[in-house]
Amino acid sequence: MNNTTEKRHMGLKALNRASNTAIYILLILISVIWLIPFVFIVLQSFRVESTYQVGYVIPHQWGLQNYINLWNSDFKRWYLNTFIIALAAAVLTTVIQLCMSYTLSRFRFKMRGPLMRFMLILGMFPGMLTMIILYRVLSDIGLTQANAVPGLILVSVASSGMGYYVSKGFFDTIPKSLDEAARVDGATRLQVLYKIILPLAKPIVIYTILTAFMGPWGDYVFARYVAMGTSAGYNVAVGMYSWLSADQIANWYTTFCAGGVIVAVPVTILFLCLQKYYVEGVTGGAVKG
Amino acid sequence: MKQYSDLEFLRLSKWQRFCHKLIAFFCAIPRAIANFFKNIGKTVVKFFRKAGAEFKDIGQTFTQGDWRTKTSFLVMGFGNLTHGQILRGIMFLLFEVVFIVYMITTGGYWMSMLPSLGKQGPTTEYDPIYDSYTTVYHDNSFKILLYGVLTIFFIIAFIYTWRTNVKQCKTIDQIIKRGGKLKSDKDDLRSMVDEQFYKTLLALPLTGILVFTVLPIVFMILVAFTNYDGAHNGYANNLFTWVGLDNFNTMLSWQGGAGGTQSYAATFGEILAWTLMWAFLATFTNYFLGMFVAMMINKKGIHLKKVWRTILVMTIAIPQFISLLYVSKMFARNGLINLALLDLGWIKEPLPFWEDATWARVSVVLINIWIGIPHLMLIATGILMNIPADLYESARIDGANAWQQYSKITLPYMLFITGPYLLTSFTGNMNNFNVIYLLTGGAPTNVAASGAAGSVGHTDLLITWLFKITTGAESQYYLASVVGILVFVVVALISLVVYNVLPSIKNEEDFQ
Repeated sequence: MNNTTEKRHMGLKALNRASNTAIYILLILISVIWLIPFVFIVLQSFRVESTYQVGYVIPHQWGLQNYINLWNSDFKRWYLNTFIIALAAAVLTTVIQLCMSYTLSRFRFKMRGPLMRFMLILGMFPGMLTMIILYRVLSDIGLTQANAVPGLILVSVASSGMGYYVSKGFFDTIPKSLDEAARVDGATRLQVLYKIILPLAKPIVIYTILTAFMGPWGDYVFARYVAMGTSAGYNVAVGMYSWLSADQIANWYTTFCAGGVIVAVPVTILFLCLQKYYVEGVTGGAVKG
Repeated sequence: MKQYSDLEFLRLSKWQRFCHKLIAFFCAIPRAIANFFKNIGKTVVKFFRKAGAEFKDIGQTFTQGDWRTKTSFLVMGFGNLTHGQILRGIMFLLFEVVFIVYMITTGGYWMSMLPSLGKQGPTTEYDPIYDSYTTVYHDNSFKILLYGVLTIFFIIAFIYTWRTNVKQCKTIDQIIKRGGKLKSDKDDLRSMVDEQFYKTLLALPLTGILVFTVLPIVFMILVAFTNYDGAHNGYANNLFTWVGLDNFNTMLSWQGGAGGTQSYAATFGEILAWTLMWAFLATFTNYFLGMFVAMMINKKGIHLKKVWRTILVMTIAIPQFISLLYVSKMFARNGLINLALLDLGWIKEPLPFWEDATWARVSVVLINIWIGIPHLMLIATGILMNIPADLYESARIDGANAWQQYSKITLPYMLFITGPYLLTSFTGNMNNFNVIYLLTGGAPTNVAASGAAGSVGHTDLLITWLFKITTGAESQYYLASVVGILVFVVVALISLVVYNVLPSIKNEEDFQ
């Protein structure tokens, strides 16, 4: 190696090191920006000297008063409501979405193309439009206000078939020759599904369960509409939103932070445990649409 | 417009091709419209021809069939039952009985009321027993419209089933004439989990979609042609009725409101413009910054890749309403940021994050970046890892610098793969209710638009406006419905244009 190339090489190395350092600084900055609000929530949930918003982050007086307030409020009920909805949605939505996506991926029937186009067009209508009528129908059969939970489950599960895209993308990647081989051996379509496809589809099943479970925790609009001001029918989002209204926030701000911690921690832990499947689902299915 | 031959077209640069396609698309619109009207005529002719063929077939089945087939025309499933296909026969018969009972008991009433949506509203009547006036309720416009639509669905389903019944009789006749063997109940049951398995699988999801999505959407489209609102709720106070295109005239009129406020059309245009601007900014800031973050983490020589990724991914898990509400309050007038800056003495007045139109708009876009980047980072990471490494290798050997590598390899590759995703994310952002509603609730109020329903704000998207109209004091459901239909039109138009111009429109089967 002669002298000039070595120099150039050294130069490149220095440049590379400089750019890496810059990237590290940026990444640390990004991590801080992304995490800081959550750190603030946790810190403020332990502040007991005042319940309204203040201009500092680290509490002057630490304590668990906010969590005790939480326990004494309707929060327990809201939490339970949300948990039931999430659990039911996770099971039922998964079943429905898998039925839908497997069928659209594997079967070729006459109405398949029109059906998919029809659902694409249907998806262009703002879902909020249907809220009014769904509310009136639910209230006619007595599933609103205090009984909002079954109503919310019903509505969210019933139309979940529309969100088949991600898992269909996954099923498309499983070779069709597997199905055909089994069919030649005399297996029915049902047997093909539960003996061959389902074991292979574990990642997408877990992804669907995870997203279906996480959805209801942030569900706000329709949940508020269906509960119509009856606290017993709230989910966490609706209930905690009411704490931040202009006339409540001075008394409930720190309790809101405590509630946020209680809601976020289990969901986040679950999510991090199953992160691998989530990443697979998002990168594999979402892009192909 | 310039016409290119195939060879000339291939020689153009990417950008020129894109422009060419875009222009070609818009030039083709007049002809497409003309063709559309020409095709209407053809379609009508085709429809009648097909209907004629159907009737001919039905007639032939009747004249050529035996007594069992003839009875089936009245008693559905009779042919199946007498030929030993008990299951099918019972299903047909059951459906017919249910249909007739429904039509006699209630369906007929709903259908007869549908054109007027109810004749008599609630009345106050004297009750001699209690010696007082009580309100007596009569027709219910809401139920009439809802069950009327449902009944129409039901009638269509009945006609279709009846036709299937006739077809089956014909098939049975033909098979018997040939001396073949009819399918037994056992065969039918087996085919439910085999050749016809898709019907079994789709039955539940499609019923759900039909009842909880299609029916409500049809209903709400119809509401746009009525005067259904809080004061005409169809039962407790006044009936509502058909008003034709009046609501569309209201929404699209340029006539100003009382007190010098602007017209509905101007308000609608303003909100639409901001909705499109927001969707554009939200989609592309997230897209490019997310890609940038992903590339930084992916760069060779950066350690702790998993840690950086996990930190970002963790924020996806935290329910949006917590992070959005918290951040919204953090930037509020008396929130953490303002109080801290005041305490430090850096500012004299609280910063108007949510009080000033421009501040609020910039803030929502910035906070949306904070919300959206982790997701985009994940998607971009997946794609970036799939780009063949030798592409970069050869580019480096040819002396391409980092920017050239990015703009000639990474970006085109990303854009090609994520084209459809960008479209769905754009339309998704147009209807991104949560971010706007939880952050600002539409604030600050747009004073000029105070004549319009549902207190319009400067950060309101069409979708949040729709929600505000619905939950507002007067609950003008008919206006909400008009807004909803217009949102659909805009989204459909954008999708149509993009799908026609996008290079990565691909054949679905290519993937498999």
